[in-house]
Amino acid sequence: METWVAGLILLVIKLGVVLVVMLLVAAYLVWVERKLIGRLQVRYGPNRAGRFGLFQPLADLIKLATKEDTVPGAADKTIFLLAPAVVGTTAMLLFAVIPFGSSFTLWGKPIPMVITDLNVALLFAIALSSLGVYGVALGGWASNSKYSLLGGIRGAAQMISYELSLGLSLVPVVMLARSFSLVEIINAQARYPFILVQPVSFLIFFVSAVAEIKRIPFDLPEAENELVAGYHTEYSGMRFGLFFLGEYITLIVLGGLVAAFFLGGWRGPFLPPLVWFSLKVIGMVFVMIWMRGTLPRLRYDQLMSLGWKVLIPVALLNIMVTGAVILMMAS
Amino acid sequence: MFKEGLMGLIAGFVTTFKHLFRKPVTEQYPEYKRTLPARSRARIILTRDPDGDERCVACYLCSAVCPVSCISMQSAQRQDGRRYPRWFRINFARCIYCGLCEEACPTLAIQLTSHFETCEHDVLKLVAEKEDLLVNHGGKSHEYNFYRHAGVTMVGDKGTHINEEKPIDLKSNLP
Repeated sequence: METWVAGLILLVIKLGVVLVVMLLVAAYLVWVERKLIGRLQVRYGPNRAGRFGLFQPLADLIKLATKEDTVPGAADKTIFLLAPAVVGTTAMLLFAVIPFGSSFTLWGKPIPMVITDLNVALLFAIALSSLGVYGVALGGWASNSKYSLLGGIRGAAQMISYELSLGLSLVPVVMLARSFSLVEIINAQARYPFILVQPVSFLIFFVSAVAEIKRIPFDLPEAENELVAGYHTEYSGMRFGLFFLGEYITLIVLGGLVAAFFLGGWRGPFLPPLVWFSLKVIGMVFVMIWMRGTLPRLRYDQLMSLGWKVLIPVALLNIMVTGAVILMMAS
Repeated sequence: MFKEGLMGLIAGFVTTFKHLFRKPVTEQYPEYKRTLPARSRARIILTRDPDGDERCVACYLCSAVCPVSCISMQSAQRQDGRRYPRWFRINFARCIYCGLCEEACPTLAIQLTSHFETCEHDVLKLVAEKEDLLVNHGGKSHEYNFYRHAGVTMVGDKGTHINEEKPIDLKSNLP
């Protein structure tokens, strides 16, 4: 009984800390992205609200919260109002399985630095990222606007296509770690991170994941210059803010997943685990922002042919080669 | 082809990375104000001729040519016969700073300046009366005086104005 209560309290504390940190980091990630994109384009980025524009997220929050929350006349109201929550929730739930440090001992009890060590964490992550499609597709459909609908359709098609290569690129990781649990996968990388033995897998995972979170060069679902703002054209105020927040939380989560699957998670020499984890996530996020500042958007047919004709065959081949090598090493 | 594409991709990333360390080209407006070109068009003034009289002769050409009808006035005549606007009003809330009034003006009275910071919370404060518009200088040309060129007898007799020929005595041409 006592341990049960202690476990519950611990869980609530961990959830609270992670949630607060995540929301703060996501808010400041917007600031970091705008600053970095600004510098990549030889301009300053936000620098008016507070020193270096540091109060910009706060100003944005006040603006979004005080704006009118409009619903289009012929929209499917229930779905329209719920869709942003799906995006935000799935993004935040994903973080539940990512370990952000090694376990430490408090009052003679080991406390793992992960919210829950699920034994099918990898499947959980993939399933949740698939669920995120619903937010986009339903939001686009319920808006009753052609731009939103086009954005939603594109979002659904793109995410279904890249889901495949995303899943396939993780099969070699599971083959090497012999587990679906993220904690076990990180433990398997104690000697070397998997990126050294699985660079192809890493590349496929990274590209598919960027497509999965709809960032440039795969931002066709929102393509400003064709579809106004794609699936969230009709959203305003805090509901738009939720879509926005979900996008940036997914960005962090993605950095965490890449770190866990390929970069050895919190493992690293000299520095404490939490610092290593943060550094890896920040590195991945920087690369994605850098990518946004560099690459143009893909055409729809290019997007599809890259997914189906390049990434999936290469991922399948990679699984075969990995399997063969593992068999050879075993015999 | 694959190698070419890869090199192109890497070249793009290198270029943007280099730009990360370049000084932004942005001019920070309220702190730094660049000097605008002399002929940039913003707030309108009414100028005076070298003798200190107001140049405007209330001919209504500017208010006629104004595409947004933001200029209005009432003409009047002085004791010496010289015309002037009794009141002259420009609604800067409407003005589009096209400069057509300046082009239409025969006396160089109405001129556009480069002073563009005219924002107000109250839109009625943007309506400028004659005393707001009138300045104590000649604007872009300090020498020009309409009445010394025009051949109007109000200032000097016939044939005494600049670039004006002596009037021909018709009777001397009789056979």
